[in-house]
Amino acid sequence: MGKNISIRGGTAASADYLLEARGITKMYGDLAANNDVTLKIAPGEIHALLGENGAGKSTLVKIIYGSIQPTDGELYWLGEKVHIANPAAARNLGVGMVFQHFSLFEALNVAENIALALPKDIDIEDLSEKISEVSQEYGLPLEPTALVADLSVGERQRIEIVRCLLQEPRLLIMDEPTAVLTPQEADQLFLTLERLASEGCAVLYISHRLDEVKRLCHDATILRMGKVVGHVDPQQETAASLARLMVGADVHAINANREYNPGETLLKLNALCQDADGPFGVSLLDINLDVKAGEVVAIAGVAGNGQSELFDAISGERVSSSTSTIRIDGRDSGLDNITTRRKNGAGFVPEERLGHGAVPGLSLSENIVLTRHSDDDGLSKSGFLDRESAVAINERITRDYDVRKGKPDPEARSLSGGNLQKFVVGRELDRKPKVLVINQPTWGVDAGAAALIRQAMIDLALSGSAVLVISQDLDEIFEIADRIAVISRGQLSDAYASNELSLEKIGLLMAGEHEKKTTVQDEKVSA
Amino acid sequence: MGGTEAIILTIITASTPLLLAAIGELVTERSGVLNLGVEGMMVMGAVCGFGAAYTTGSPYLGILAGIAGGMFMAFMFAVMTQTLATNQVATGLALTLLGLGLSGLIGESFVGLPGAKLEQISIPFLSTIPFIGPILFGQDILVYISIALVFATTYVLFKTRVGLIIRSVGDNHNSAHALGYNVIAVRYACILFGGACSGLSGAYLSLAYTPQWIENMTAGRGWIALALVVFSTWLPKRLAIGAYLFGAVWIMGLYVQAQGFGIPSQFLSSLPYLVTIIALVIISGNKTLTRVNTPACIGQTFVPDR
Repeated sequence: MGKNISIRGGTAASADYLLEARGITKMYGDLAANNDVTLKIAPGEIHALLGENGAGKSTLVKIIYGSIQPTDGELYWLGEKVHIANPAAARNLGVGMVFQHFSLFEALNVAENIALALPKDIDIEDLSEKISEVSQEYGLPLEPTALVADLSVGERQRIEIVRCLLQEPRLLIMDEPTAVLTPQEADQLFLTLERLASEGCAVLYISHRLDEVKRLCHDATILRMGKVVGHVDPQQETAASLARLMVGADVHAINANREYNPGETLLKLNALCQDADGPFGVSLLDINLDVKAGEVVAIAGVAGNGQSELFDAISGERVSSSTSTIRIDGRDSGLDNITTRRKNGAGFVPEERLGHGAVPGLSLSENIVLTRHSDDDGLSKSGFLDRESAVAINERITRDYDVRKGKPDPEARSLSGGNLQKFVVGRELDRKPKVLVINQPTWGVDAGAAALIRQAMIDLALSGSAVLVISQDLDEIFEIADRIAVISRGQLSDAYASNELSLEKIGLLMAGEHEKKTTVQDEKVSA
Repeated sequence: MGGTEAIILTIITASTPLLLAAIGELVTERSGVLNLGVEGMMVMGAVCGFGAAYTTGSPYLGILAGIAGGMFMAFMFAVMTQTLATNQVATGLALTLLGLGLSGLIGESFVGLPGAKLEQISIPFLSTIPFIGPILFGQDILVYISIALVFATTYVLFKTRVGLIIRSVGDNHNSAHALGYNVIAVRYACILFGGACSGLSGAYLSLAYTPQWIENMTAGRGWIALALVVFSTWLPKRLAIGAYLFGAVWIMGLYVQAQGFGIPSQFLSSLPYLVTIIALVIISGNKTLTRVNTPACIGQTFVPDR
């Protein structure tokens, strides 16, 4: 598949290009995060930047946006050599950026958030009008006085985009924009981006969703291990050929062909209700779900609709009000704590891997002890730790799940996001739990690692466990799930067989089609 | 001068140093920095203020010296926590211990000397109005400054771009950095402002409250100021209410004790803490408002990725 690959570079800077990065190198100690990277973006072009985790995409983008300085190499803007000292300088040139982890302030309102990214002489009152104008023009509805903490992830992304649009950018950088959106929201975003491109604005689009790149982008630069390994026309490629370039090898296709033959119910949620925890939490309303041995059930939904609350309730981080609401392997567990539920054969992988799933400052083997101290492995004997066993388990997990690390037993925080995710998932899978509940298993994980994690979950189900996956990635859900339920504002829909559920139907459920129309509050209002 | 009037005047004198120190710490904390060294900065302000006023005979030079003393301590704190990225809690505690010791050393020769007292500024005509006159228009300059600071900080924090930047840095320093704001510089400025206010508060003690130098003369007021900031949910106007409520209950307690009603003195001296905590917990009952006003990054060390 090498015929479309050509690495351009070495020619004189040309004014045909809006931005040209030449020979960009960024060293962190001995590690080259970027190694002689060349990138050219023409006006009005949607240019994809592809690569696995740790390939150097974020580093390159941060250099273009002025957040970090390259060790070596030059940037040209419209053929002129430029030095981008800081993000303000980048914005003055006309570079706008929508961050993957949004750069928003939760305690401030929409207008204040936008004002912070604009020049000094902006009046907040005038700004509110401008925000309404721009957001209507581009179909990105926003309320200027709303508090960011109250907004959904999709709405937050709109703030970032409107914030960039108000600066009249000539180059818009988007870092993994669709990772958090419903299919409908993503479609709307593509329309906005296509419109921007038709107006002459260039877009640098970072993603590892290859079908999106194929659909949207005119040009693609592919990074691997900090180097440019390809420059291709995505329309001429297949998703598989792009993936091969990114990974450098064939991506292991998931083997999901299996007989759907579920056994007894291992995890049962029975009229689970829970009040919201704090002003920004979501309350859970009458949640019913059965997960049987040998099946993977997925819960889809837009972020912030009660997924983390549901996970906390099942894992025991928040204990339920009555014992019958949660039944794990035949035992009423609603009042059990996390350790008791684990002893009963359940395993839990929370969404946030650093800080929630693993303690950043502890080594991997110590993190293993934290979730497995009460196992049969005997990691803790009358209060004393058996470090040797923990180190041995760590060796096994990091080998089986391909966790790449610098030292034999490094601190959790020193691992890259994808590798740490493989570790946290592997730690639970290694126990072969009867019930596995996993929230966002492949969030921010590259294609190779995601395939490995998904295969491992399917294999666990095949071996007779019940697997419940909470995810916002619909491709992932359709790839692995036997049945799918959708959560919206704390209410869970029925679980449908995944081959009976269309994307449209899922979109409607995500928007709340199944919600009970009259809630207690509505009744109060009408009374 | 009637009894009530005297009591109110004493309450103002007792509340002003709390308010001054707390308003500075409020701005510091709004930028996401927890400086537990308020007590140390205050006591340095007190000794520098007294020393300068005693040597030159001018209490106004004393005020300036007090500010400088507080800012000097704050600068050390800023270098340690911002440039060298040390732990803010430990550094703040060390700053308090250092301030108490250093001020004792500097002030050794001042002990027992008569100081220069800051005079009252009587606004012509207005201060001769019975009752209200002396209370509202016959105070010294630092009382006026403390009240002005409450309104000024409210205005700056919530109505100006500078305030927006300070609040944004306190809410999410990574985002502020990503947008191109110099988080460390903003925090330096806010820490120095906090030091200046603490120094001013210390100077008030040694120039107006009791115009002399006594070792450890701040007597825990810095810690009360710190607590007031938290209980006021980082809102300057609530802070003023809290400071005055604390001062009022404190002075009333002393008054009641002097009258000899037979209430145990231990209870009376703990009363200001109880009343202030209860009152501020009640007014900060709105959880959303509390969440919005709490600087989310408080106490966290920021190291930019370069």
